[in-house]
Amino acid sequence: MQKVIIIGSGHAAAQLAPSLRKQGWKGEILIIGDEAYIPYQRPPLSKEFMVGKKTDDEILIRPLSAYGQHDISFKLNETVVKLNPLENTLTLSTGESIGYDRLALCTGARTRKIPIPGSELEGVFYLRTIDDVKGIKHTLDAGIKGRAKKSVNTGDSANVVIVGGGYIGLETAAALRKIGVHVTILEMQDRVLARVTAPEVSEFYQRVHAEEGVQIHIDSIVSHIEGEGQVSVVHCKSGERFDADLVIIGVGVVPNVELAEEAGLLVDNGIVVDEFGQTSVSNIFAAGDCTSHPNALLADSLTNGRLRLESVPNAMEQAKTVAASICGQSLPYASYPWFWSDQYDLKLQIAGLSQGFDQVVIRGDHKNSRSFVAWYLKQGKLLAADCVNRPKEFLVAKKLLSRGDIVDPDKLVDESIDPKTFLQ
Amino acid sequence: MPVIHYIQADGAEYEADVAVGSTVMQGAVDNMIDGILAECGGSCSCATCHCYVDEAWFGKVGEAGATEKTMIEMAMDPQPTSRLSCQIKVTEELDGLVVRLPESQY
Ligand SMILES: Cc1cc2nc3c(=O)[nH]c(=O)nc-3n(C[C@H](O)[C@H](O)[C@H](O)COP(=O)(O)OP(=O)(O)OC[C@H]3O[C@@H](n4cnc5c(N)ncnc54)[C@H](O)[C@@H]3O)c2cc1C
Ligand code: FES
Repeated sequence: MQKVIIIGSGHAAAQLAPSLRKQGWKGEILIIGDEAYIPYQRPPLSKEFMVGKKTDDEILIRPLSAYGQHDISFKLNETVVKLNPLENTLTLSTGESIGYDRLALCTGARTRKIPIPGSELEGVFYLRTIDDVKGIKHTLDAGIKGRAKKSVNTGDSANVVIVGGGYIGLETAAALRKIGVHVTILEMQDRVLARVTAPEVSEFYQRVHAEEGVQIHIDSIVSHIEGEGQVSVVHCKSGERFDADLVIIGVGVVPNVELAEEAGLLVDNGIVVDEFGQTSVSNIFAAGDCTSHPNALLADSLTNGRLRLESVPNAMEQAKTVAASICGQSLPYASYPWFWSDQYDLKLQIAGLSQGFDQVVIRGDHKNSRSFVAWYLKQGKLLAADCVNRPKEFLVAKKLLSRGDIVDPDKLVDESIDPKTFLQ
Repeated sequence: MPVIHYIQADGAEYEADVAVGSTVMQGAVDNMIDGILAECGGSCSCATCHCYVDEAWFGKVGEAGATEKTMIEMAMDPQPTSRLSCQIKVTEELDGLVVRLPESQY
């Protein structure tokens, strides 16, 4: 019997395995993952799961029984350490060697580590996995026990310092404010979300977080973390110091490409795949955060025609493409990226990719309200829209993008015009 | 466990046991029923879990919230009994619920 092996047990794998069955794959399907869990949703980790509103089981993408019904098996807590493409085998850390007919790399990404003194202290965390969040919650509970949210160091409300003002840092800050701890964000750039949004959107999030009681310090580069065993102070290059019972570092991710690279597959800021999800070796495919992929729809935004994305919808779409390819069908990948982020009462929905924009226009009042849209344009053409509490504009933007319609920026910002009419 | 009937656009019918407390979306995902994409995993952010609740059941599934209503308005082919299936919590009373899935979620 023919065998597909999927390496990595995350969002891409959770879509790929059932899609293979849907597309008619009759052979074996084995998912090998180095975490202890079957695929679970990562987005709630910095949102509902962080504050205990959801349990382990509730964030599973689907229960184990569902995979069983479709004859999809797992090997968990196992790390693949080597690929041998010439023999069509892979090697586990235990030394075991397993053969495959088709291989899918769904290895995702891991958190970027910052090599500063003190980052190994207890109470310093990164945030990517269920176990990371369990560690954070455990530490908070230990410091908080009995006395509402008290710091083990000072006896006051616990101090959490978040290093990095990206989406994950901001979401974590919002979640932790709900349980009443002090939250400080240290961002090295001159604004939060600098890599992904326009200054207006950064300004908006900085205002809301300040209103919610989060201290944001921009232009703050962490130099070292102090503590005796347990973290106590975070020091910045400027000389500023921040008391900390807990430090969460969220400074981005790096794709897990080493397996592919060592096996001689083409890698360029991600495992290089074509629009069918195929790598430079014909029976090896890849999907999700680990890939560098082409996207014909985004030619205007991409410099070398390739892109690496970190989002669930992308992992799902690519997985479907790979399932089709493995089953001998053709479902080329070309879709507009989209993303979301939930913080406090703010539902941010992003359509498209703003990279390369030359104009931003704002619909609504981002300075005083909690609802607006930032439209990103390039030579008059819509590239993306950041929609805060504007679900209608978000879905309109998605449609505008896929239709390639041009809308006059004056109209985009005119609140007296129903955005639905942009589609006519 | 309540049984939910999912009818795809091409007429194919599926029955699924869905636990109380789960959602109509999750029932489809768990059972790998095509037609519900659920890209956002149920956070009411994507509108790719759109379904049409059978008329006889529409009154029993509760009311859509404001965000959901707006999203439905902009979904593909909205109808009076349209709902986002991730926002329908499964209860004992919904045993036998029938939902139809749209031809496309985009
Ligand atoms: C806190 C947080 C919040 C997020 N919020 C959002 C959001 O709101 N919206 C959104 O769209 N996206 C969000 N994301 C991003 C999203 O989770 C990722 O884009 C998605 O998980 C990518 O799926 P994947 O399958 O490519 O990789 P992953 O889900 O990372 O899965 C890869 C798996 O492979 C395993 N693995 C790697 N190498 C090996 C090996 N050699 N052997 C065995 N196993 C291996 C990894 O340990 C991991 O379990 C968030 C991420 C985090 C961490
Ligand atoms: S699953 Fe995304 S809105 Fe229902």
